[in-house]
Amino acid sequence: MLLKEIAHSRTGDKGNISVISVIAYKDEDYDLIKEKVTEEKLKDYFKDIVHGKITRYEMPTISALNFVLEDALGGGVTRSLAIDMHGKTLGSALLEMEID
Amino acid sequence: MKTVRIGSGAGYAGDRIEPAIDLIEKGNLDYIIFECLAERTISLAQKAKMEDPKKGYNALFEYRFDRILEALKEHHVKVITNMGAANPYHAALKCQEMAKDKELKNLKIAYVEGDDVSSKLNDYQDYVTIETKKPLSAIDGEVLSANGYIGCSGIVEALKNDADIVITGRVADPSLSLGPLVYEFGWSMDDYEKLGKGTWVGHLLECAGQVTGGYFADPGYKDVPELWNLGFPIIEVDENGDGVVSKLPNTGGIVTTETVKEQSLYEIQDPENYFTPDVIADFSKITVKQIGENEVRIENASGKAPNGYFKTSVGYHDCYIGEGQISYGGSNALAKAKLAREVLEHRFEMIGLKAEEVRFDYIGVNSLYKDSISNEMGQYIPNEVRLRVAARVKTKEEAKLVGNEVEALYTNGPSGGGGAVKTIKDIVSIASILIPNDHFHITVGYMEV
Repeated sequence: MLLKEIAHSRTGDKGNISVISVIAYKDEDYDLIKEKVTEEKLKDYFKDIVHGKITRYEMPTISALNFVLEDALGGGVTRSLAIDMHGKTLGSALLEMEID
Repeated sequence: MKTVRIGSGAGYAGDRIEPAIDLIEKGNLDYIIFECLAERTISLAQKAKMEDPKKGYNALFEYRFDRILEALKEHHVKVITNMGAANPYHAALKCQEMAKDKELKNLKIAYVEGDDVSSKLNDYQDYVTIETKKPLSAIDGEVLSANGYIGCSGIVEALKNDADIVITGRVADPSLSLGPLVYEFGWSMDDYEKLGKGTWVGHLLECAGQVTGGYFADPGYKDVPELWNLGFPIIEVDENGDGVVSKLPNTGGIVTTETVKEQSLYEIQDPENYFTPDVIADFSKITVKQIGENEVRIENASGKAPNGYFKTSVGYHDCYIGEGQISYGGSNALAKAKLAREVLEHRFEMIGLKAEEVRFDYIGVNSLYKDSISNEMGQYIPNEVRLRVAARVKTKEEAKLVGNEVEALYTNGPSGGGGAVKTIKDIVSIASILIPNDHFHITVGYMEV
């Protein structure tokens, strides 16, 4: 199953940091998402793009996870050579992750 | 119980005006905020001010106020905006002039100053920047601006003195909404729980349409009605700081627990510690509840004492980025694009391009996610591929070479290349330092009509 079947996401940026939320459509899927979508999993998934630390914050009251990806935006939004310098499309990639 | 209704009229410098007019006319609002100042925008505004001391405020300032001034007066809606950018005083002067031309009466315009510390920057050369972890003195490009994210105090003062329109420069985005809440409810500046709640309200409003179904639609998964007619948000806030997010009926968009959750986490790092000049907001226990169609109740944000520093953005000229793109078609498109890349790599070496970094992308294949994720999502044979190359260089002349080499692929490259474009970007970057808040002298000036 792909993550997008049970969760939605929005991506923001700050300097060279990308912030990606993963929000369960249904509260009962939150535990599964928490189990499957880990810092280690993202570290491997985004290995071409994210070169720094990945930190996960848990938000049980809204069934969401918030990921902070450091050194993720090609040196920072202003000087990045990427076509999507803000990394706005990274969340869409995360939702394509296989979680089984 | 007293409530305050705040609407959002802009989520970025160039946002649409129609939804704002709609809100002023039909939203039964007390306040409308216009958030128009991204991190780098103020550096570019400072540049404009250096060329013309009467400029340096938001480029759409006159356009917006021309469309809303009369309606504000008629519907008794007050405005809080950071459209003053690098020049709140001249923005206020322009606003006064426009109000006079429209023969409006009894209008008080306030401008908040004190965020600009560019003249004092020599005192902070040994401060370490958040981005580079090196002292500010290590920046080798020309410094263009230095503005602290000041809090809501100037806005509160302006409202206490009966301002109808409050124009600021750099203010923390959520403070634009927190200001009127502190003023209306008489919240103490050490009632951190309420300040945290008000900061959540401000955070939800600051990107306007992003909480009412903008930046949300994912066809088949998250559908949004009439996205072309997106209504901007209203939050009605109780005196305890909780509230209800909604939008006008007969507008497009959608307000659900999902849209509110997405925007709540947008650009937030640690939800328990969201640093602002007014409070360290705590969103870690927030709750959202659908209480009606396009109505979501928001509760349980909180906060702690702020750290006593104002984050200050120093804008400086960093580098140039030269870029070129060209398209190839047919089932061999990717092979042609790869050959074109090979040609460019050789050419850059032959002409001795001095670049800090060069990046190649095949648009339609791997430009967003590079190779590993793109491959995992599945490979296919594209019938068109656009080759893109971008290089970060020191000089404008060097940057020109990048696009020129791409353009030269027309006559010298693989067969059938089309639609070549070349661009040069003059890059202004931001270095952030933390300056003790008592180094800032925040003042409020007034103009009346």
